[in-house]
Amino acid sequence: MPSHRMPSEADIISTVEFNHTGELLATGDKGGRVVIFQREPESKNAPHSQGEYDVYSTFQSHEPEFDYLKSLEIEEKINKIKWLPQQNAAHSLLSTNDKTIKLWKITERDKRPEGYNLKDEEGKLKDLSTVTSLQVPVLKPMDLMVEVSPRRVFANGHTYHINSISVNSDCETYMSADDLRINLWHLAITDRSFNIVDIKPANMEDLTEVITASEFHPHHCNLFVYSSSKGSLRLCDMRAAALCDKHSKLFEEPEDPSNRSFFSEIISSVSDVKFSHSGRYMLTRDYLTVKVWDLNMEARPIETYQVHDYLRSKLCSLYENDCIFDKFECAWNGSDSVIMTGAYNNFFRMFDRNTKRDVTLEASRESSKPRAVLKPRRVCVGGKRRRDDISVDSLDFTKKILHTAWHPAENIIAIAATNNLYIFQDKVNSEMH
Amino acid sequence: MATLCGRGAAPPPPRPLQAPPPRPAPPSAAGAGAGGQDTMFARGLKRKCADSEEDGEGALAAFRAAPSYSLQRQSLLDMSLVKLQLCHMLVEPNLCRSVLIANTVRQIQEEMTQDGTWRVMAPQTAGQAPLDRLVSTEILCRSAREVEPPGPGSGDGHALDLVSELSTAPSAQAPRSPQSSVWEVDSPRESRGGFPKSLDQIFETLENKGPGSVEELFSDVDSPYYNLDTVLTGMVGSAKSSHGDALEALASAAAPPPSSSCKDLGELDHVVEILVET
Repeated sequence: MPSHRMPSEADIISTVEFNHTGELLATGDKGGRVVIFQREPESKNAPHSQGEYDVYSTFQSHEPEFDYLKSLEIEEKINKIKWLPQQNAAHSLLSTNDKTIKLWKITERDKRPEGYNLKDEEGKLKDLSTVTSLQVPVLKPMDLMVEVSPRRVFANGHTYHINSISVNSDCETYMSADDLRINLWHLAITDRSFNIVDIKPANMEDLTEVITASEFHPHHCNLFVYSSSKGSLRLCDMRAAALCDKHSKLFEEPEDPSNRSFFSEIISSVSDVKFSHSGRYMLTRDYLTVKVWDLNMEARPIETYQVHDYLRSKLCSLYENDCIFDKFECAWNGSDSVIMTGAYNNFFRMFDRNTKRDVTLEASRESSKPRAVLKPRRVCVGGKRRRDDISVDSLDFTKKILHTAWHPAENIIAIAATNNLYIFQDKVNSEMH
Repeated sequence: MATLCGRGAAPPPPRPLQAPPPRPAPPSAAGAGAGGQDTMFARGLKRKCADSEEDGEGALAAFRAAPSYSLQRQSLLDMSLVKLQLCHMLVEPNLCRSVLIANTVRQIQEEMTQDGTWRVMAPQTAGQAPLDRLVSTEILCRSAREVEPPGPGSGDGHALDLVSELSTAPSAQAPRSPQSSVWEVDSPRESRGGFPKSLDQIFETLENKGPGSVEELFSDVDSPYYNLDTVLTGMVGSAKSSHGDALEALASAAAPPPSSSCKDLGELDHVVEILVET
């Protein structure tokens, strides 16, 4: 569903997230806006609009702020959105920029009371002399109105930039992580949070590692993982200590000495970590690969998939143009059998863990019309070149797919390509295998 | 930047990002890096020979001594130093990126120290940090106000020497209060005549960057406001530099007095927030 506005930087999508049923899809952008899409129920009357997503609500979540002490702007860009599990008719989500997390409540209004005794239709007080009988106000249907209201603002918890938020399975608490610290909040309490991880060194000169991503375990409310810029994962147990600086488990792959270069550390930095739905595995993304880790094995990942290994010889250029610092996200499908991540040139990759097959697809208006089948793409690295192959040297590094999301149950994916959102559905293979 | 040009098998010529003009060789300069190797050898300074290394390292050291590799490495070092300075003016820079770049610089320095291409000046006074201490991130990001004019012995202004000089200088001096250090902003700059251009540019960039409002805040004209700011924050020096580089702000541990706790911006933020809101 490409944006029809003139492309501007504020429209760049910065996060994408399905809710727990997949009925709603939220996107955040650089301008601080949140747009929620809702899946239309499949109906026989309109077979072509089976289960498509339409705009449900748009609201301004964060505004730019100015930190007067440091003379710095605080960007309104939405870094992450996380949905709360639905507990009543309303939907709730957390959205965060670099510094402040907000809880939003989304409610629907599709009826309104009519027939007041004291007020007329416009709400003005009636002249009492004209009232001759009493009536009972009746709820009449009205056009659906979606109301969004901020319920909590969790501010002043972070000195550094927030990179992750994660709702606990207990549905009462959530965590927020910045470059050096992780805080635990209660959803109802905004004026204090508990610091559960602090890796800030006593002497900032000694700083060599930062936190890059963090997530609660989907089932065990005491467990969470955080990743670092050195490529390690730390699984922490909140029952063990109040300050979880000591990890329960440290997941780290030994470095391959044959591939060592000045860029080794940078490309090992983990940009995203996601627990599998089962809770048994973790998925990490670093610059060139995605890796699956078994929680029971700390020594190395159980699976490693090459996303774009052809970039390995171009690391110096990618360092020069800063692309090497791009933070790609990764995603599991509902059954944890397929993993997905984005790449450059508006390509995204999917890896089937069972068949070991992978595919490269492109999200662009030119190559995909509505209801057309996506054609697999190929990047050639010299040697034999097929007709539709793209050569490495003609990849567009400004077109990066950093944010992707997979429907929790079905084969529906949401791909953010700069300021366009693509939603792809696999009608044929709707069932998970 | 639309596309990324491919690279051939041969290492490309050194092409640092926004390269400063080639350093004119100062009178007693000894420069490693682009075009500097001749003067280095001309000074008669010996680098570690390949055969003086351990046997297994011989081949590797020889490889590292090859001109194209060290040129490329120097280019990477220059590029990294520039990257650390060229931060977003208005928005706090990405700490993760800064840390990764700083680690890259450290790696290069480590390697250059090992094969002897990293020349460190003799310490000026006793009790200095050990010679093999790597230049810390803080030094690379520190603004000129904390730079002392080099002593007479280091007049050759070699870029690496200057940086290492900085690494040893702070520990030798009595800690200055941030307030007095700001007033010294201009003097170090004036006496930096002999410094190699690249580092000069870096420090000047640091000096001049930042929103104009910040410059006004700390100029002589606004001295009463400035004093209030000092009182409030106790870390004026860090505050000034932090608009440019998060690492710089957070790592300015050497100069200001410990009580100003400039290391913990979180507490400071909180205190100021309370003060400002009341």
